[in-house]
Amino acid sequence: MLKRRKRELKFVEGRPQESEWKRFIRVFFGRRIVLFGLIVVALYIIVAIFAPWIAPYDYKTISSTILSQPSAEHWLGTDTVGRDVLSRLIFGVRPTLIVGSVTILIAAVAGTILGLLAGYFGGWIQTIIMRFIDALMGFPMILLALLIASLLGGGLKNIVIALGIALIAGFARVMCAQTLTIKENDYIIAGRSLGLTNFRLMWKHIIPNAFPPMIILATMNIGMVILMEAGLSFLGVGIQQPDAAWGSMVSAGYNRLTSNPALSVAPGIAIMLIVFSLNMVGDGLRDALDPRLRGTL
Amino acid sequence: MVTYIIRRLIQAVFILLILTFIVFGAVRLLPGDPLLMFLNATDIEALSPEALDQARHELGLDRNLVVQYGIWLGDILQGDWGKSLHFKNANVLQMIGQRMPVTIHLGVLAFFFSSVIGITLGVIAAVRRGRWADTVATLLANTAITIPIFWLGIIMMLVFSVELEWLPVAGYTPINEDFWLSTRKLIMPVICLMIGSLGAVARLTRTSMLEVIRQDYIRTAWSKGLRERAIVIKHALKNSLIPVITVMGLQVRFIFGGAVLVEKVFAIPGMGRLMVEAVDGSDYPVIQGAVLVIGIIVVLTNLIVDISYGWFDPRVRYE
Repeated sequence: MLKRRKRELKFVEGRPQESEWKRFIRVFFGRRIVLFGLIVVALYIIVAIFAPWIAPYDYKTISSTILSQPSAEHWLGTDTVGRDVLSRLIFGVRPTLIVGSVTILIAAVAGTILGLLAGYFGGWIQTIIMRFIDALMGFPMILLALLIASLLGGGLKNIVIALGIALIAGFARVMCAQTLTIKENDYIIAGRSLGLTNFRLMWKHIIPNAFPPMIILATMNIGMVILMEAGLSFLGVGIQQPDAAWGSMVSAGYNRLTSNPALSVAPGIAIMLIVFSLNMVGDGLRDALDPRLRGTL
Repeated sequence: MVTYIIRRLIQAVFILLILTFIVFGAVRLLPGDPLLMFLNATDIEALSPEALDQARHELGLDRNLVVQYGIWLGDILQGDWGKSLHFKNANVLQMIGQRMPVTIHLGVLAFFFSSVIGITLGVIAAVRRGRWADTVATLLANTAITIPIFWLGIIMMLVFSVELEWLPVAGYTPINEDFWLSTRKLIMPVICLMIGSLGAVARLTRTSMLEVIRQDYIRTAWSKGLRERAIVIKHALKNSLIPVITVMGLQVRFIFGGAVLVEKVFAIPGMGRLMVEAVDGSDYPVIQGAVLVIGIIVVLTNLIVDISYGWFDPRVRYE
């Protein structure tokens, strides 16, 4: 049975008329590791939405036992002020996913607009925008975020702003390169000779065609953003207590490593799992959407 | 070639100017009193409104922003980078001069090992595509880019220093004082710092190698009867390194970024730790100086990377 299916697949592969959408489904869901990533991401989203019902305790509730070892009541023990570690881990999914998605949204929208304007109009507009982007690329992203976060103060909103600004450069570069290629196409020239406005050409013709690489970049960057947020929270400029953030949980457990390793180890694993899964989904999207790989998969 | 280098140099100066503008603007344009650049927050609260106005006037903060930028840039170019608010008025440029060699020591090691190991892993994965070596190397690379480095540092400390007592827990010794101790202290920080770059370089080398291996000239090399080693190293690797070099240039940025976390975990007195201390103490002159210096280094390395393309790929024409 398995063998027959494989042969059928090969046959389908050889057919040039396979529709775009079918190919996407086949390549994207074809790799088991991508499926694994998708399932983990879906689980994290479910946990984030239903956190108050899933978590055994509230993330702020302080119990009388501090630093207890893992037990039946507290599966991962309690932290330095007696809060249930598992519950804080579960509530910590929320800021992680919010920072990941909102930051990428801000950076992608701003980067797309800047890159589009630079690539479409060219000339001095391109020079000014892209040199500015180059300068932004000169800073390590976490330093830029650290600088902005230190000026604005910590907290979820400011972390999102700081990381969003730090990430714009990558999106703007890709969008600019895309626009430069796409605007040479005949259909753009045709559109222009039909008298379409610049706005319409950009909005209806360039952005949709530049979409695949942007979506790949966005997915690939979510994992990185989550790692940076964890780093900033670890340094103490990120999400502030008593809100649960995995980075600050690692840093809080830092001094209790030998006696209560779960305090630092558990949030670290939670971060790794989601970042790994998001990267795998990103890889799957790239395999399915990148035109250069067409025909090889 | 020469005109290209000159053009790129002019461009780099232009980028550096924008860089200074961003650094200047970050403190002046974002909410927050620019007086913070010169006085401690506690000092500002203690002063009366008139004294504050007086201070603003003396420091030129009531003048046009463009004029202020010009004066500030002039000071920077003359080597007056201001005084630290937190560290008893220490000269910012001198502080950076003390801390920078430590981070460069750490960074150069991390850069070297991440490149060598990353490229090797990537080549092995590509050459043995689909076999177990590929599976292992790819999994290693994919895991490497997902580990929070500060967390890895803590775990390694627990295992290798506290439990096994193989390595010193933390700290830094200059290489000329005690080479052996210095190296032993740096093993864990360097692993943490290089792990992300290693994964990124390995992944990219694999993709790039796979593309090159499909080319006709590789088939020609095989049919000429060349040995595998010669084909992989001489023909395939050199040609697949161009995108890898671009990413290696970008890694400089990530290494400086990672240093912020790694130096904090391992108590290493470098630039990263200086930044964290400065942020904690709202020491804006130091933050500004450190960000500026790192920005300059990153822009200059990218310049070198761009120029080095031609050596690896004669097809690259400088226009």
